[in-house]
Amino acid sequence: MSEVLTSANFQTKVLEADKPVLVDFFATWCGPCKRVAPVVDEIASEVAGKAYVYKVDIDQSPDIAAQYRVNSVPTLISFEHGQIKNKTVGAVPKQQIMQLLA
Amino acid sequence: MGSERIYDVAIIGAGPAGMTSALYACRAGFSCVMIESISYGGQLAQTEHLENYPGFNQSTSGFELSEIMFAQATSFGAEIIYDEVQSVWFENDVKTVVCAYESIQARSVIIASGARPATLGLPNEEALKGQGVSYCATCDGNFFKDEDVIVVGGGDTAAADAIYLSRICNTVRMIVRRDELRATAVYHHRLMELENVEIIWNSNVIRLLEDDGRLAGVIIRNNKTNEETTIDSRAVFVAIGTVPNVEFLGNTLELAPSGHVLAEADCRTSVEGVFAAGDVRTKPLYQVTTAVGDGANAVESCAEYLARMR
Repeated sequence: MSEVLTSANFQTKVLEADKPVLVDFFATWCGPCKRVAPVVDEIASEVAGKAYVYKVDIDQSPDIAAQYRVNSVPTLISFEHGQIKNKTVGAVPKQQIMQLLA
Repeated sequence: MGSERIYDVAIIGAGPAGMTSALYACRAGFSCVMIESISYGGQLAQTEHLENYPGFNQSTSGFELSEIMFAQATSFGAEIIYDEVQSVWFENDVKTVVCAYESIQARSVIIASGARPATLGLPNEEALKGQGVSYCATCDGNFFKDEDVIVVGGGDTAAADAIYLSRICNTVRMIVRRDELRATAVYHHRLMELENVEIIWNSNVIRLLEDDGRLAGVIIRNNKTNEETTIDSRAVFVAIGTVPNVEFLGNTLELAPSGHVLAEADCRTSVEGVFAAGDVRTKPLYQVTTAVGDGANAVESCAEYLARMR
């Protein structure tokens, strides 16, 4: 499973990353999140070396969720050079998640 | 990339109808694959409590039931491929399902692609999705703990959403288009008993108000008096029915004006060897119980077809 970040390491792992980053904002109680999780893990292994994939538990890190205005889970956000590049809300097909990094 | 393998049955979608089709097809000795774009369970996986599926009571969540259905189907040999269907070729005896990553070939196809929530059709709706506009109360309700929220719709899903949200949120306002609820009677009493649920009748949401990219409220119009009212709220849960997932079918088979695949209880479509099961087909009642019934019937028709073609 991809590493779950907190505000302690979000800055360095995501905003200061040397490669594109995909972040899966999820909640433990959310059905669609559980369903997207294996797809996100699959993507993580496919893009290894080209991009980083992390997770943020919105209940553990409400500060990060609030900062990126996550009001729905799952929300997937891609970052590049510390900036939001793309975003998608809800459980979506793998192809659509891959496009966030494209 | 194309696989050489030809399945007896390709099933598009792994919701209750698709998973039941897979179970019956495998038990009948057919090779079968489910093609699922997101994850198995479909709409069932988002249902908090299932009270109208015989044998399971309130303690069973839709998510858990979909886990059981999946385990059952795969235990008999059903395969699953996670891919999004782009188009279909039904002209030949061997049919092709074209997906984003590969193409699947099969002697017969069961379309069980289900349905998705209908949208309000308002201009800024897509932009506000995830910023206060939600189509899944059980997914997003927790973000609006102790707030005043809105549910749009008067059917079973809207009623269940309002009841679910009433436990989390301060107040729930239900915007209902007619002067009665379409929801099953059992929901009426429960809604009436909830002190923090208010039903606003004969009204439609005509505008989504936003503030700094987030939902700030809605404007509703009474469709009898034309009176417009603004309601402040950071969350609106839309539950106004569903639309069938049929885009990938193009004009390969006959659709009803509603968009559903034309098929009767035997699940036969206008194309030989192609069947439709569950929420994607025309039928009087869209439920998990009727979806699983379709799954069984579709395989029965499919088995008859495959025997004839051998």
